[in-house]
Amino acid sequence: MSVLVFVEGLNGEIKKSSLEAATYGSQVAQAMGTSATAVAIGDVNEDALARLGEQGISKVLYDADDRLKQFVADAYVKVIAKAAQQENAKVLVFSNSNIGAAVGSKLAVRLNGSLATNVTELPKMDGGNFIVTRGVFSGKAFADVNLTSDVKIIAVKKNSTDITSNAGNTATVEKLSADLTDAEFAAAPKETVMQDTSGGVLLQEAEIVVSGGRGMKGPENWHLIEELAKELGAATACSKPVSDIGWRPHHEHVGQTGITVSPNLYIAAGISGAIQHLAGVNSSKVIVVINKDPEAPFFKAADYGIVGDALEVLPKLIEAAKALDK
Amino acid sequence: MKILVCISNVPDTTSKINFTGDNKNFDKNGVQYVINPWDEYALTRAIELKEAKGGSVTVLNVGEADAEPNIRKALAIGADDAIRVNAHPKDAYFVAQQITAIAKEGGYDMILMGKESIDYNGFQVHNMVGEMMGIPSVTPAFKLDMVDDSTARLEREIEGGKEVVEVKLPFVASAQQPMCEPRIPNMRGIMTARTKPLKVVEPTGAEAKSEYVNYSKPEKKSGVKMIDAENAGEVIKLLRNEAKVL
Repeated sequence: MSVLVFVEGLNGEIKKSSLEAATYGSQVAQAMGTSATAVAIGDVNEDALARLGEQGISKVLYDADDRLKQFVADAYVKVIAKAAQQENAKVLVFSNSNIGAAVGSKLAVRLNGSLATNVTELPKMDGGNFIVTRGVFSGKAFADVNLTSDVKIIAVKKNSTDITSNAGNTATVEKLSADLTDAEFAAAPKETVMQDTSGGVLLQEAEIVVSGGRGMKGPENWHLIEELAKELGAATACSKPVSDIGWRPHHEHVGQTGITVSPNLYIAAGISGAIQHLAGVNSSKVIVVINKDPEAPFFKAADYGIVGDALEVLPKLIEAAKALDK
Repeated sequence: MKILVCISNVPDTTSKINFTGDNKNFDKNGVQYVINPWDEYALTRAIELKEAKGGSVTVLNVGEADAEPNIRKALAIGADDAIRVNAHPKDAYFVAQQITAIAKEGGYDMILMGKESIDYNGFQVHNMVGEMMGIPSVTPAFKLDMVDDSTARLEREIEGGKEVVEVKLPFVASAQQPMCEPRIPNMRGIMTARTKPLKVVEPTGAEAKSEYVNYSKPEKKSGVKMIDAENAGEVIKLLRNEAKVL
């Protein structure tokens, strides 16, 4: 019996959200008195896999099939199912990414397991229960869910686990082959287009997010958001009205019907804080709100507030950020 | 082309969320219910495809009788008929089994739904249905077009980019913006919706695989520290020295 963690690679390295999943999985394994194995697919180099020992992973199973460099759900499911069977895994851990949650859902069917996505806490195991806490109502609440099947599958919410790193610990890397056939590649993507993130930070994985609303007065002022984000190593985001009127692309929209983020720091410029927007950001650790209306509801959810015109306040923040020792 | 669109009945996005009975149950008191906003993208796109290519759109809800006003609303927006599986949607696995049973019987070319419901935020049902039926599931898609009568071309979001996928019918897809502009019902739609068929069926004997045992709400912030706009740069120092997030 063991805990199996699925790790995702990008450009040879392991995604931050997968290092969080590896940490989570190792902690579950420790609580259960067993070991944690990782399964990796595709675009990741073996050195990076061995370094998963720092997160407490003892063994990594790696399927190096070139066809797996892009995400193909049915093929990924087959590889992970084989690893789960080989390791007799009773707990499977994923990152709550589009890939992790998709593969987790399919495996729940294939392995007849219980699945919880968007999980924020380690499981509580007592009296035969296995209870995890997950975010529900789009960030407005949490639910404790008992996973009742023999096999438990957990997709861990991003930025909810502090990554451990015990320097020097390495995992052994073993090859895994799942004998994939053409059938698993029937719905393979024809084309993958990555956004230009050169110098930018992926919104879903960002530790700092700088976000703008209608108070920015127009897309021509977005250079202020971008400049502050660049100084702080942050991702940029926007409110729903801003993406609806086309000032910014939809994939930057943060809120109940957009992306939910939980960074360490969320800076909101010219966003009033409608309940739907708050739902998407309220698990951020620290929130800074800049708004010219002192009655803006967002101030009630903020840690730091500045009443003022975003276009006048942001240059002051940029200047102060430039003066920080990096 | 026969399209099945699955919709959830969820609290309006402006709802304040509360719990009753020692935090064991969701408090429906004073809550307005709407069609899950993500499902509206699936519904509208299905209607657009029907208008362009012919066929039918069936709406499916796994839920109790109080969902019927929103099922009628979906019919008013332009679906042709509706099915309600008369059951409390216990968890994603349970719901996926109900959808699969209906989908197998109906022989649909396309099964569409939103990427997740805004109440339980599972992001699970579409992939489970695809797996249970043994057909592709493309999620979360923000573009859906027909290439020819038997092939669809979708664009789906991945972290940091997108993928273009072509699949043969039948398939499952989940929708998100900007797939289309969700429609609101017009008066004619509302009138005709009253007489469109809404069939109520009993659930299959599927079991749930998880139990919701308790709810809680995020901790409230202890209070906001205000900084004068003239000295706005101070906040950067506070973020480093006090909050320690920079």
